Amino acid sequence: MAAMRHGKYRFLAGAILPGLLLYAVFVLSPYAQAFYLSLTDWTGVSGQVTFVGLENYQRLLDDRSFLAALRNNGLMLLVVPLATIALGLLLAALVNFGGRRGSTMLAGIRGAEFYKIAYFFPQLLSLPIIAMLWQFVYHPNEGLLNGFLRAVGLDALARAWLGEPGLALWAVMAVLVWSSVGFYMVLFSAAMESIPRDVLEAAVLDGAGRLATLRRVIVPLLWDNVQVAFVYLGVLALDGFAIVQIMTVGPGGPDGATEVIGLGLYRSAFTYGKFGYAAAMGVALFFLTLAFAAIALRASRRERVELS
Amino acid sequence: MTALVDRPARPATGPPPSGPVARPGRVTDRAAHLFLVGWAVLVTVPLLWAVLSSLKTDREILTSPWTLPAQPQFDNWSRAWTQASIGTYFVNSAIVVGCALVLTMLLGSLVAYALARYTFSGNRLLYYLFVAGILFPVFLALVPLFFVVKQLGLIGTYPGLILVYSAYALPFTVFFLHSFFRTLPTAIAEAAFLDGCSHAGVFFRVMLPLARPGLVSIAIFNFLGLWNQYLLPLVLNPDPDRYVLAQGLAALSVSQGYRSDWSGLFAGLTIAMLPVLAAYVLFQRQIRSGLTAGAVK
Repeated sequence: MAAMRHGKYRFLAGAILPGLLLYAVFVLSPYAQAFYLSLTDWTGVSGQVTFVGLENYQRLLDDRSFLAALRNNGLMLLVVPLATIALGLLLAALVNFGGRRGSTMLAGIRGAEFYKIAYFFPQLLSLPIIAMLWQFVYHPNEGLLNGFLRAVGLDALARAWLGEPGLALWAVMAVLVWSSVGFYMVLFSAAMESIPRDVLEAAVLDGAGRLATLRRVIVPLLWDNVQVAFVYLGVLALDGFAIVQIMTVGPGGPDGATEVIGLGLYRSAFTYGKFGYAAAMGVALFFLTLAFAAIALRASRRERVELS
Repeated sequence: MTALVDRPARPATGPPPSGPVARPGRVTDRAAHLFLVGWAVLVTVPLLWAVLSSLKTDREILTSPWTLPAQPQFDNWSRAWTQASIGTYFVNSAIVVGCALVLTMLLGSLVAYALARYTFSGNRLLYYLFVAGILFPVFLALVPLFFVVKQLGLIGTYPGLILVYSAYALPFTVFFLHSFFRTLPTAIAEAAFLDGCSHAGVFFRVMLPLARPGLVSIAIFNFLGLWNQYLLPLVLNPDPDRYVLAQGLAALSVSQGYRSDWSGLFAGLTIAMLPVLAAYVLFQRQIRSGLTAGAVK
């Protein structure tokens, strides 16, 4: 159509170039520069950039705080997604199939909508706000958690949750799980609603209990969602910066127990001015994220059988 | 409908269920409710506690954490708003997020539309270039980004934050809207062309209105993401007068002067949470479907 061709390229240029320019300047160029900077000893003073090859990466391997960060991020990568997905699936299943109506046992529970609304709310709060809130909850003397434990007579369990090296990281991970469960519960819930009823009824008629139905029928049908959730939560766990920086002593303490890669990078760059070294951490984090995503998507690929 | 499972459901010819279908007792029923209520308590109690504490005196917070405030101390809120600069941070957040959201939606929808509806050489390359940004952690770009913004003289300015926020929101916006524009019918657009509408006219007058559901979803997604930014302002926005909300609150919580002012900090937290809570109560269905659609696409 002649009318459609008229002015097409002018329109395309006008539509794409502004966005592309913005994206190239603030996103693409920094990403590209990061790889080069990681091979230099740049300290931020212009004109004093020496190419040092892989020296920064070699130093990373001897850096005790980086290795601690690597270990902590690794543990978070395992615990946070698994706990969040397990809880999210369980809560979604309870809300969707936990009720009992008529003769079937697979009915929605009463108040399902209320639960979905309430559970989702923490997802909307920013991590710094959640971190501040939980700093108060974990406070050793006046905090909500210890206050509760003392009120019910469990004084012995009261702790300095963020002060003990063996506990601090778990306390941080619990907050990450707390803030994300609701979102995945709603996500899984939406997916469960689209499962055909006859599939579930067939399982029940076969004598499968609720748990078996969940494990063998519902979860496999949701596998794509679970996979997406795993990748998203993994990226969240590989970050951990805001929550650790605000909540923990040091931050990153006690004694490096909650050190994460993002924190080390931020500190190296903006406290010590070791920009080349910080860039190397960024590149390391990039390859970790990439490797994690590739492994998560590969490993969770299952044998699939078409159903009806 | 086609569904996928890892193994086929057992054929109906399997062993017949013995007697009436095994019905789990009332115990599991009650356990289910208990578990759901338990999580609801776990989610709401810290939030309610923060709101309640924001209306108490410091003494009350320490001595009677479980009771309602004897007399609501709205003074805490006004102290936080003015003395602790929460009001300034709030306005800064609103300016930066508002402008960044408009810019992101405008540029993102233009790019997504052009890439989705026109064929030209380099289309695929541009698309992948934009979408690749979703994969990369911001930490990778952090150090060079600081110097790019610094060289442009934009450190600690509204335009600097607005441009950077938009740039980092573009990849997902383009990705989401690209698939959305592809699903729209072509007939209406062609009719508009025949009527003498220009390319830009078709986009603004025909396609944008048609794409409204998608635009709303991604706008909600972007609003929450931008409102909750922390890392970018922390690095690019060192001027305390221009702090955004999350950044300002975090700075308050570590500054010595406010360490002991629990009620003031709780008031600040509450002020920061309320707009999101209010928006959620009003639009909760749209927000939930918008965000979950955003995650699955």
